[in-house]
Amino acid sequence: MALTPVENQTPAFTAGVSAVAGGFAGLFVGTAQGSGLMGILIGAALMAVIGFICAGITDKEKPVRWALLAAFTVAGFALGGLPTAVLGILFGLFFGWFAFWLATSRYRAHLAPYLTPGQVLWHYTFRVICGAIFVFLITPILVVMPLSFNAQDFFTFTPEMLRFDPEGYSLKHYRDFFGSDQWQSSLRNSLTIAPAATLLSVGFGTLAAIGLSQPHVPFRRAIMAILISPMIVPLIISAAGMYFFYSRIGLQGTYFGVVLAHAALGIPFVIITVTATLVGFDRSLTRAAANMGANPVTTFFKVQMPLILPGVISGGLFAFITSFDEVVVVLFVGSAGQKTLPWQMFTGLREQISPTILAVATILVVISIALLTTVEMLRRRSERLRGMSPS
Amino acid sequence: MNFKKLAALAATTALCAPAAFAADMANELTLVSWGGAYQASQQKAYVEPYLAMNPGVKIIWDESSAEAVAKLRAMNEAGNVTWDLVDAVASDSMRLCDEGLADELDHDNDLAAAPDGTSASDDFGDLLVSDCFVPQIVYSTTFGYRTDLIDKPDSVCAIFDLEKYPGKRSLQKRPIDNMEWALYCDGVAKDDIYEVLGTPEGVDRGLAKLDTIKDSVVWWTAGAETPQLLADGEVVMGSTFNGRLFSAIAEQGQPIGMLWDMQSFDLDGWIVPAGLPADRKARVMDFLKFATDTQRLADQAKYISYGPARASSAPLVGKHAELGIDMAPHMPTDPANAGNVHVYDYEWWADNRDDLDAKFQAWLAK
Repeated sequence: MALTPVENQTPAFTAGVSAVAGGFAGLFVGTAQGSGLMGILIGAALMAVIGFICAGITDKEKPVRWALLAAFTVAGFALGGLPTAVLGILFGLFFGWFAFWLATSRYRAHLAPYLTPGQVLWHYTFRVICGAIFVFLITPILVVMPLSFNAQDFFTFTPEMLRFDPEGYSLKHYRDFFGSDQWQSSLRNSLTIAPAATLLSVGFGTLAAIGLSQPHVPFRRAIMAILISPMIVPLIISAAGMYFFYSRIGLQGTYFGVVLAHAALGIPFVIITVTATLVGFDRSLTRAAANMGANPVTTFFKVQMPLILPGVISGGLFAFITSFDEVVVVLFVGSAGQKTLPWQMFTGLREQISPTILAVATILVVISIALLTTVEMLRRRSERLRGMSPS
Repeated sequence: MNFKKLAALAATTALCAPAAFAADMANELTLVSWGGAYQASQQKAYVEPYLAMNPGVKIIWDESSAEAVAKLRAMNEAGNVTWDLVDAVASDSMRLCDEGLADELDHDNDLAAAPDGTSASDDFGDLLVSDCFVPQIVYSTTFGYRTDLIDKPDSVCAIFDLEKYPGKRSLQKRPIDNMEWALYCDGVAKDDIYEVLGTPEGVDRGLAKLDTIKDSVVWWTAGAETPQLLADGEVVMGSTFNGRLFSAIAEQGQPIGMLWDMQSFDLDGWIVPAGLPADRKARVMDFLKFATDTQRLADQAKYISYGPARASSAPLVGKHAELGIDMAPHMPTDPANAGNVHVYDYEWWADNRDDLDAKFQAWLAK
């Protein structure tokens, strides 16, 4: 829907802005080839020409965009085979669209008519900055995923992989993970320690949050601060302290010791999320339940618990991820018999740089995404139930 | 009683002996090692045969040898030693022995004699560098280079020759070996290296030589790094443990060559932590005797290219377990490879390590 009536732009404007974008793309291509400066110059010149031509023939948008796509693809293929051809296709698609988007002023049409050119520029610059930050955050994870399908035993993109040759890819690191005793026993350890620690954290954390939300409890803030401290104190300090304390009382190197240590780390997450849901909890409901003869335990399970359940579950998921990802404390409190997945990955990275670690990392990323999606969906459900608009 | 009967009797006693004492031994054994291909070679050469002989025993691996000294100190302080047998390099075992964190051993009584009757202490010979230490292997820190990126170097001094061998090189982030190589390539005779290094001028001279390549060095701390960097083409040559290079070349088929010149010999072996309860100690000593006998050490060389520490094992070294290639030419101790070796002086380094570490770190930060 067009908010603002627009006219076609002058060729000079289209050429100029296209040149800036071309120079930006050229910087990356040029740097990869050894000279960023040359890349900027070539990219800017090329896009200036394309922008200038496109601005003159805005009525033939479709055929021109197809022609650009074909030209970029062929150029990419000629320069470096299949991988660069894929890059060429992406460039062709983007710059074909970009040049006409500028030339026909589509970029302006859906913005409010009273914006100054400076505000329009900022509107798009802001989006480019956000996109760049997103790419910066996500790239390390994206690089790891294809490498985990490497047919070689190194963290290296082999020439076969870059040619998209099936020979260069293999599932052997995934087979290695599922077939090796060491990895499987550490996976088993993680899967027994994390749920047990989660149960303890959720139990204690929820009780603490409910207790601390009662107005008549003395020293509420001080108690809260102490309970949350495992989140704030540097992990290595908690770990060293736990090591000596647990050694004295015979818990060091036991399954139960690791579970307790992880529960202590998970409790703050549960307290925080449950306290947040309790803010929206109407205390007159418990009084109404008491009025109708329910004892406090029944009131808790029948009235309060269902309402704060989303907070409890999301706290529990955080506690689970904390225990499942934790490496520092378990290195101190555990012994080799309680070797967890992160511990195995940590020693694996140090002693044997094997892509099996990347395969495990990929699996863990997928699991984490699934867990966080669940948390987000629960949060929205809770807000919907409480009549707040999801944000 | 004739000889045959005697032999049979001896054999039955030997077989029955472990079974008779089994009741007094713990059934769990925590071994500490380095992980990776080296730990796998120990698993196949001694742990699996031992488990086959002693079903019911459970062995747990902990890949913590890199921090053996620090962790044993902490365990000792907490009064809770969870490790039973620890794999450590010679210099670490000397430190642990001096601090009383490792038990002293009676090598002739605690370890198996060679098949020909030579006592264990004679069989290991000079390699018994400490009373607490049972050496397993001789390994070396040496150089690998990319055969497709640079010409074949024939001397260790190629690392300092940026003109003929351009590109990055990887070196271990510590003064040991690097200082010796620097002085050697600066023209110091091999026998005088430690004498020169003992003077402040000598240290400056070594660092000045390293300064000439400082901008082209990638510093590594874990043995797996150099093979990874070489496979990436990130460096054209780099130092690491010879077994890592063997595995990259022979098992992974990477275009890497070995430069054995001035390889630096070192030892790796077992130590028994001090203060173990009697039942665990009995199990450890039983395993240790088995795992360091002549045949077991020779078997280990089937899986990794490190030289067995017993003289009597050397003739038994055979072929690689999977690739079927002769292992002897890949051993650091093979005469063809050991033409010009650097014998790293433990005692000199024990006395000067702290001082040189500080100077080296200061130089790195400059």
